[in-house]
Amino acid sequence: MSVVNILVLVCFAYAALLFLVAFGAERAAHRGRSNWLRSPMVYTLSLSIYCTAWTFYGAVGYAARSGLEYLTIYIGPTLVMVGWWWVVRKMVRIGRSQRITSVADLISSRYGKSSLLAVFVTVMAVIGTTPYIALQLQSVTLSFAAFASVEPNSTAFENSQITALWVAVGLALFTILFGTRNLDANERHHGVVMAIALEAVVKLIALIAVGIFVVWGVGGGIEQTLARIDASEIGTWQVQGDRWAGLIFLSAAAFLTLPRMFQVLVVENENEGHLRTAAWAFPTYLMLMSLFVVPIAVVGLDLLPAGSNPDLYVLTVPLSEGQTGLAMLSLLGGFSSATSMVIVASIALSTMVSNHIVIPLWLRYSGGGAAMSGDVRNVVLLARRVSIAVILALGYLYYRMSGGGTALAAIGLVSFAGVAQFLPAMLGGIFWRGATRSGALAGLSVGFVVWAYALMLPSFGTGMVIPETVFLEGPFGIEWLRPQALFGIDGMDPLIHAVLWSMCLNTGAFILVSLLSFPSPIERLQGAQFVHVFQHSDAPQSWTGGVARSEELMIMAQRILGSSEALSLFQTEAARQGLAGYLPEPSPDFLQRLERELSGSVGAATAHAMIGQIVGGATVSVEDLMAVADETAQMMEYSSQLEAKSTELTRTARQLRAVNEKLTQISVQKDAFLSQVSHELRTPMTSIRAFSEILRDTKGITAAEQSKYSSIIHDEAIRLTRLLDDLLDLSVLESGRVTLNVQDVPLDEILQRAIASSGVGNLEIKLSGRDNSGTIVLRTDPDRLAQVFINLIANAQKYCDAKTPVLRIILHLKPAGKGEQMILDFVDNGSGIATDAQAVIFEKFSRIGEQNAPGAGLGLAICREILARLGGAITYLPGQGGAAFRVSLPLKPVNDLHL
Amino acid sequence: MSEPSRSVFLERQTYRRRRLMDAARMLPIVGILLWALPLLWPQDPEQAVTTSGAMRYIFGIWVLLVALSLWLSRRLKDTAETDASRPN
Repeated sequence: MSVVNILVLVCFAYAALLFLVAFGAERAAHRGRSNWLRSPMVYTLSLSIYCTAWTFYGAVGYAARSGLEYLTIYIGPTLVMVGWWWVVRKMVRIGRSQRITSVADLISSRYGKSSLLAVFVTVMAVIGTTPYIALQLQSVTLSFAAFASVEPNSTAFENSQITALWVAVGLALFTILFGTRNLDANERHHGVVMAIALEAVVKLIALIAVGIFVVWGVGGGIEQTLARIDASEIGTWQVQGDRWAGLIFLSAAAFLTLPRMFQVLVVENENEGHLRTAAWAFPTYLMLMSLFVVPIAVVGLDLLPAGSNPDLYVLTVPLSEGQTGLAMLSLLGGFSSATSMVIVASIALSTMVSNHIVIPLWLRYSGGGAAMSGDVRNVVLLARRVSIAVILALGYLYYRMSGGGTALAAIGLVSFAGVAQFLPAMLGGIFWRGATRSGALAGLSVGFVVWAYALMLPSFGTGMVIPETVFLEGPFGIEWLRPQALFGIDGMDPLIHAVLWSMCLNTGAFILVSLLSFPSPIERLQGAQFVHVFQHSDAPQSWTGGVARSEELMIMAQRILGSSEALSLFQTEAARQGLAGYLPEPSPDFLQRLERELSGSVGAATAHAMIGQIVGGATVSVEDLMAVADETAQMMEYSSQLEAKSTELTRTARQLRAVNEKLTQISVQKDAFLSQVSHELRTPMTSIRAFSEILRDTKGITAAEQSKYSSIIHDEAIRLTRLLDDLLDLSVLESGRVTLNVQDVPLDEILQRAIASSGVGNLEIKLSGRDNSGTIVLRTDPDRLAQVFINLIANAQKYCDAKTPVLRIILHLKPAGKGEQMILDFVDNGSGIATDAQAVIFEKFSRIGEQNAPGAGLGLAICREILARLGGAITYLPGQGGAAFRVSLPLKPVNDLHL
Repeated sequence: MSEPSRSVFLERQTYRRRRLMDAARMLPIVGILLWALPLLWPQDPEQAVTTSGAMRYIFGIWVLLVALSLWLSRRLKDTAETDASRPN
């Protein structure tokens, strides 16, 4: 069997093994036995798609040409992973909480779910990745050809374009089969990840095996190999400083922004804890991958004839030594590097193309909107499959057009520089809340234009796309716009020149436009969600519920998630809401959850648009805006709310306490009154009974005695009647059933009558401000008013404890409302009423001071009721040197009294 | 709250975790500084650093960073469960 036949057989066997592994992993995941599939080590190994065929073969060629400079490509990612706590951890958390499906989705989602940005990033990613795919195809065909050339008269693989075509078709098949098998809500591909993990192991083992062979098999041990290295043409450190620093930066940036890296790093990440392992394991992997590169390069330079391609030393060194088996392993390693990169890159790109370009266009032009359209699920899958085929076709076409020449070798770094343009928008988006959509658009466009003009187009060769005169004299003779000497800075390395200017101008435009523009509410919300992802990983935005009909949502969800998944999602939600059946209320909560589920399948922007079509637009609620507001402001707002609440509570408590105090006092008074009433009723009743018994039972009672006892009985009966009258009076007044006898009466007349009828006794009454002329005429019920005055005078008689009691009655007039108000103060010179008693003196049954004074404590209560009926008021005036009552009454009642 | 001594213990653990996070953040900066040193190496071919020496230096840093990263990720894992819910 010829070597070529063995080669073909081994490659097919290897491909079959990959299929088998992917298939087995898919099945295991389907049965829920995916624990071992998702170990941190598998995650780490899947990151190794960073090491493509370009690094597998190319690194040795790179080292043979420029010494240790190739290490920059590995050092950048090492720094990023070692510093995972800064950026990668945050990206993964955001990716998980926002269901991010691609790098385009991340950027569009951050800047207000902007479709324009998503399309822009997608197109840029396709432009940046296509040459890279071509590069992989080239390396596979070259390695096949190199292997075949061992046999002198072999004609196999002579037509490299045919080989490339077959490789491209095979890869497309594999990717479509395992990359678009289902529409996983999390956009994770167990089979693919497992297969690339296996490939990662194969390529590491292959490179290390070749390295060990070179160092111990050919070189004769470590020391001798090192001596050989120092003696070779790359024996000294000759790396230019600007390239060393610039390439480390570039590879670090590309590690974060390459669509395929984002796919394995963020999207396929199952568990944030895996990062902890990857933080040390992936740098170890990179170190091992780069460890034997220089020895292989040096031995290749020594052994092989001048002019042989250093890019294939990994393959040709074992072959030249007759180690066909080792060469076969090495070829499988290169094959693995190329295929895993192409598979993941085309999955990542197809996700972006279908989510951000095909589906939105399809939704727009298929008519009828999200709820009406056909099976979106199939459309999405079809779009992905077609996208994968198209992307691989593009890669193949690029390979054919470029002719597989050396121009392609430089494309790796050109591609890195292209995708690195995402970096400012990405990092700005997750660390700076002030970053806006306009800023991101400006930065990306400027960066891409500079990249294309200064690096990508010149990379095709002078005079190929850009005419030679432009290189020498600048476009239209503008010298400072020469593609490789922008702003007149000459003599820089073209790559570093382009990276420097594109990144500086990109970042500058991004920051400047962000500072000058104003973000929309959704952008600000998303910004807060992204930047503060560790504080609140909750839903970003609320929908107005109720407008959407659950059934329409269900129809749409079924078309994207699949019938059974959608049903179980809706049922779970309905159960959560406490409803039976499958249709939950379209609450904002539920809509958010649904949007996130959908965005796992079709991307955030599309999911948002689809729900928006049914629900009728998102709203940004006040609470959401609160979230946007600065945290400090939130805290202040919250604490001031708390403060207000606590003040209110204090006030209420104080009022309650006052009311409670009053109630307690009233209750005490009521008890006291009841005992008083019993006492008041009992005393006359006792004497009435006693004297009537005497009259009945005593024989020979004298007429004088009879008359005396009868009058006592009579007096006591009158006293009882008066008490009952008072009670009746009060209840009539209170219930409002009183009839008033309203007349125009001079005030003086009423007052004199009251003084006369109350029998002044030893009380001296002084009238001041007295209206002798009788010009003050009240329209009132004179009898009732006199009753009030009599009561007040009687109170002074009863309670004034001064040696020579004096009652001053002071009259003044005060304008009030439309008319005038009469105010009459009754002030005595006694000790007054204690402050705590002042609140209750107008209550019924309230008796203060000495309890032996006659009366049942109804007087002032009656006064208050009477004055209320007459349209006036009676209040206690504190601080007058004695008990003081103020009677106020309008001269002409505004509304004709409460009759 | 009921046991003051316990809360002091927790505080101390949280404090340690914060410092470990700081250390994890410092690691790439250390790496950048150490790997930037070759920029200062002489460019003159006469006294240039040999490739084997440069390899020893660069790969030495690599091993150092991997070891530190391994140690830190182990430590962070040990303490991660105790206050996983805490904001960053």
